[in-house]
Amino acid sequence: MDAGALLQLMVLGVALAVTVPLLGRWLAAVYDTGQPAPLDRLFLPVEQRLYRWCGIDPDREQRWDAYARSVLMFGLVGIVGLYGLLRLQGHLPLNPTGRSGVGPLVSFNAAVSFVTNTNWQAYAGESTLSHLSQMAGLTVQNFVSAAVGMAVGAAVIRGFARSGSATIGNFWIDTVRSVTRVLLPLSIVLALFLVSQGVIQNLHGLQPVTGIDGTTQVVPGGPVASQIAIKQLGTNGGGFFNANAAHPFENPGPLSNLVQVWAILALPLAFPLAFGRLVGDRRQGRVLLAVMVGLWLTSVLVATYAETGGNSRAPAGVTQAPTTELAGGGWMEGTETRFGAAGCGLWAATTTATSSGSINCQHDSMTAVGGGTAMVNILLGELSPGGVGVGLMGLVVYAVLAVFVAGLMVGRTPEYLGKKIQATEVKLAMLYLLAAPAAILALAAASVVAGPGQAGIANPGPHGLSEVLYAFGSGAGNNGSAFGGLAAGSDWYGITVGLAMLIGRFLLIVPALGLAGSLAAKAKVPVTAGTFPTHTPLFAGLVAGVVLIVAGLTFFPALALGPMLEALQS
Amino acid sequence: MKPMLTGHADPLDATSEPDTHRAGPAGDGAPGATSGDHPGRPRRSLLDRAVAGPAAADAGRKLNPRTMARNPVMFVVEVGAAGTTFLWLRDLASATAQENIFAGAVTAWLWFTVLFANFAEAMAEGRGKAQAAALRRTRTETVARVRRPGGAIDEVASTALAVGDECVVEAGELIPGDGEVVQGIASVDESAITGESAPVIRESGGDRSAVTGGTRVLSDRIVLRITARAGESFLDRMIALVEGADRQKTPNEIALSILLAGLTIVFLLAVVALQPFAIYSGDPQTIVVLTALLVCLIPTTIGGLLSAIGIAGMDRLVQRNVLATSGRAVEAAGDCSTLLLDKTGTITFGNRRATRMVPAHGVDEADLARAAWLASLADETPEGRSIVDLAADMVADPGQVGPAGVFVPFTAATRMSGVDLADGRQVRKGAADAVQAWATEAGLGFPDEVVTVVGRVADGGGTPLVVADTARVLGVIQLDDVVKPGMRERFDQLRALGIRTVMVTGDNPRTARAIGAEAGVDDVLAEATPEDKLALIRSEQAGGNLVAMTGDGTNDAPALSQADVGVAMNTGTQAAKEAANMIDLDSDPTKLIEIVAIGKQLLVTRGALTTFSIANDVAKYFAIIPAMFVARHPELDRLNIMHLASPRSAILSAVVFNALVIVALIPLALRGVRVRAATAAEVLRHNLLVYGAGGLVAPFVGIKAIDLVINALGVLR
Repeated sequence: MDAGALLQLMVLGVALAVTVPLLGRWLAAVYDTGQPAPLDRLFLPVEQRLYRWCGIDPDREQRWDAYARSVLMFGLVGIVGLYGLLRLQGHLPLNPTGRSGVGPLVSFNAAVSFVTNTNWQAYAGESTLSHLSQMAGLTVQNFVSAAVGMAVGAAVIRGFARSGSATIGNFWIDTVRSVTRVLLPLSIVLALFLVSQGVIQNLHGLQPVTGIDGTTQVVPGGPVASQIAIKQLGTNGGGFFNANAAHPFENPGPLSNLVQVWAILALPLAFPLAFGRLVGDRRQGRVLLAVMVGLWLTSVLVATYAETGGNSRAPAGVTQAPTTELAGGGWMEGTETRFGAAGCGLWAATTTATSSGSINCQHDSMTAVGGGTAMVNILLGELSPGGVGVGLMGLVVYAVLAVFVAGLMVGRTPEYLGKKIQATEVKLAMLYLLAAPAAILALAAASVVAGPGQAGIANPGPHGLSEVLYAFGSGAGNNGSAFGGLAAGSDWYGITVGLAMLIGRFLLIVPALGLAGSLAAKAKVPVTAGTFPTHTPLFAGLVAGVVLIVAGLTFFPALALGPMLEALQS
Repeated sequence: MKPMLTGHADPLDATSEPDTHRAGPAGDGAPGATSGDHPGRPRRSLLDRAVAGPAAADAGRKLNPRTMARNPVMFVVEVGAAGTTFLWLRDLASATAQENIFAGAVTAWLWFTVLFANFAEAMAEGRGKAQAAALRRTRTETVARVRRPGGAIDEVASTALAVGDECVVEAGELIPGDGEVVQGIASVDESAITGESAPVIRESGGDRSAVTGGTRVLSDRIVLRITARAGESFLDRMIALVEGADRQKTPNEIALSILLAGLTIVFLLAVVALQPFAIYSGDPQTIVVLTALLVCLIPTTIGGLLSAIGIAGMDRLVQRNVLATSGRAVEAAGDCSTLLLDKTGTITFGNRRATRMVPAHGVDEADLARAAWLASLADETPEGRSIVDLAADMVADPGQVGPAGVFVPFTAATRMSGVDLADGRQVRKGAADAVQAWATEAGLGFPDEVVTVVGRVADGGGTPLVVADTARVLGVIQLDDVVKPGMRERFDQLRALGIRTVMVTGDNPRTARAIGAEAGVDDVLAEATPEDKLALIRSEQAGGNLVAMTGDGTNDAPALSQADVGVAMNTGTQAAKEAANMIDLDSDPTKLIEIVAIGKQLLVTRGALTTFSIANDVAKYFAIIPAMFVARHPELDRLNIMHLASPRSAILSAVVFNALVIVALIPLALRGVRVRAATAAEVLRHNLLVYGAGGLVAPFVGIKAIDLVINALGVLR
């Protein structure tokens, strides 16, 4: 790890340290139902008209089951709508490249993928989609799928903040506000910045251009900056171009690279601080933030160390020594010289620790340790810091479990933030915990023995298993990044990964909302010296330990035959 | 003999077996009012032979799948064991000797795992059963003499008694059923129930009217009204409780069972999915190996010991002569954050004691002591006796009353007592205003400094008595509520555990505060009526606190039933006992503190073993996963960090460790993890270190050791 790698990490650290607390305060103000929200003067009249049109009573709160039904209904409408748009894009305007309708399987997969905030792409954007599909389909879903995640995060926070309450907020208000008060303003600023860095923003089709060396090239156009901004801020991750953030039109240079890493992390990290503010004890938020940052930073250091350290299995004659031409050296296969091995390590760890899934280097080409780190990040369950809103939701569920197991050891019925953790909460937490591993393990196991699944594996042996495991981990974790080498567009993987994405989104949100509903209804137990302390470094370590042990125990056998075996074979 | 209340070196250490020197009943100020071992409940060592033998047989009986299905974790183990048994027998002829030895050994140890868990439960139940058997012996059928409304006496079998029947019981007879004394007074031997050999007084009216079936009237004759139907008596309930016959899972136990079932499903998934991955990797596994992996991973340690922990918790209460009507109440005791403690009998000795004498100006202290001694000689009240004791300590020759002396008893009108001596000298002691009136009438002055001392004593929480004789006012005797030794330390410990203590007393607020401060309680409820108590409990509960209290009178009943943990004294009324969810047979209100500790211990033990059980899995993965695949993928031997000798011995070692750890932890499950008086943060740090970190490390050591033994035996290669 060289000075450049450390410098970029330090600059990022300072930027986050300044902005995340401010965003945490902002989010808390947006979701505090007892207070007028920020920017009310600007957006409230528009929003109220929208509510009137849609027949929504903004003053009525929802019980958890009604909230969950709204989430599911909104998701279903989104999937059907996006599916229709992709199928019909050939007959619709804003199609300068003349793309025809997308096939049914890829349309299904893409619709599910963007509605679940996964952005797994079984297609190449520039050669498949019209500008209308990109703008009205994918970009819109980038906004609203992120907003749904944020709304659910806010509802889960209310479960702890409230007592004796039958309701946990109003889904429609939470979602609309997430868009108007948070995502839209931030996206506008970020898009403008990206344009200043050279990210394109136009409605052109393919344009022939004569380069300085006299050769003619066909250059694509499109409304890229507006989509990239929300893709990063909303931990969506789906690229306008197939190369994602490795494409110069999406991510021109080191500065845009660093700012996009910041954009991926800022909101997920701000959520625990909003949590602390809304439950009335900021230390509780800081502890969860510490867990997120601790897990994320560890993976960044491991991945960066592995990538910049070079690959011991590099063919003879490959230079991995630090050179300026190779952006500091290290293992450069699949890595952009604009970002270097350190830029790859930072981005890969960040994009998998959050549920973003956008990439600036090919994870399949990373070293065994670097790629393994990306996979472990995904398999931890997308909570370090995970997706916007839903990352906090996941970590809170783990905190509830940690409180339950260790809390018994202090000799009282375990309680978290004054709420007793009893049979109902444990049941819902276990349902949450089971859904994603069940999907990942069952679908991956089926894929490696079933004929069509095996046929889609390009690299047999342990690496093939890693690819399959990564794909379903990425799907169920709503991450969206991929190890290459898998026929993602095949019928088998199109359907199974689609299934994993649906399970990983909705079968996690529903029990988490149930948990919030159950907790919101409970009275608060006063804090005494006998109360299990959940604001201490010890608790942060405990939660991180539970996350690691649960994921470790679930996936160790599979990992042993995949990435571990691969790493040991070197 | 140790003085009472100092019997337990550490009152919060519910781990220790009950002390043979137990506290006497409430208000009994005499030191050493204790009994020896209880005849009804002999002390038992943890692994008593008499219990262990039948328990081993029970362990086999419990293999019935219908019984096992109540415990999902162990049920999975039993199904796995049955499956490997079938496969082992099926392949006996076709497999190699080594394969057969391996499959046979794994199968045997899987069965042992189930049996060990059943044995733990049977051990816990066995201890209760032994106690129930002792109780049952006292439940002999007797003939009751029922007095009919007309006055006729019918002889009826005690089992045929109806509620409301009035029975006549004479000296030497057994009381035929639970009831209330409606007529007469008698001394009753309740040792069958309480283990306490000293007889107790039972009389009609008041707070000592309840009698229990199976106890024996020693003197006099009483008439009682039956309050419980045959088969539902106190003794019957007690037998059912200690046997754990209708044991219901407690709320925390249910929540924990859900967690364990969930983890079992996670591991079932991980193991079932492993086979396709193994097939893909070209190395399919046998079902025996996969079953071994599954059993090692699912939380068998806590799953196998969970019910034993619950039964043992109840048993620990019974060992301390406390009966809980449900496990829920025991668990609630651990959650309590407010304790209401009666001042008298709990925090202070039942009676005030003379602690100091302050002579008036120009009066010799010895003269005051002699006068106080004379005035109190005939005073049979504990206060009076304490004055005699104090005076005797102060002067060697307290004097003589002489044959002609006349004692003047205390009356409500005079509020004084004393003696008229033969020489005409009159000595009086009594409340300050009464003595002042008497002295003024006799033409004596009432010195100012005596008034001052009287005021000061009252301010300090004491009761001042003034002594005077015919010649002058001699001085002041200070009577104090004496706080029992060690109370302050106990309250400090409770505070560390986050438990607030509230002293409840009928005293005026000034006195109450003074005593409260001396005892070190957190709060005081003075001039308390039963309604005040109830209101206090409700307001504490409204704030989210769980409240525990003790009580014995009928007017305590509403508060007892409102409290989350209401402990009734066995000496109390039937109404109080009905309202409470625990009954202390020793009638020792201080025991509330121990009950809380036992409740906490129950939860701590469950949490500690759960943590230990889950932490164990890490080592088992490192033992089994490389062993499964090392033949085909030699690189994976790098994960064999314990350097286990062969794949088969590695897997068998993990299975054996998994089974033996259950046995090793049976004593801990039955005895409970020690509860320390420390804040939750300190307790957590300590227990995480011992059971979390210990749980990570222990199996690495254990599995390696077992592997060495297996290879030293040389049967398995």
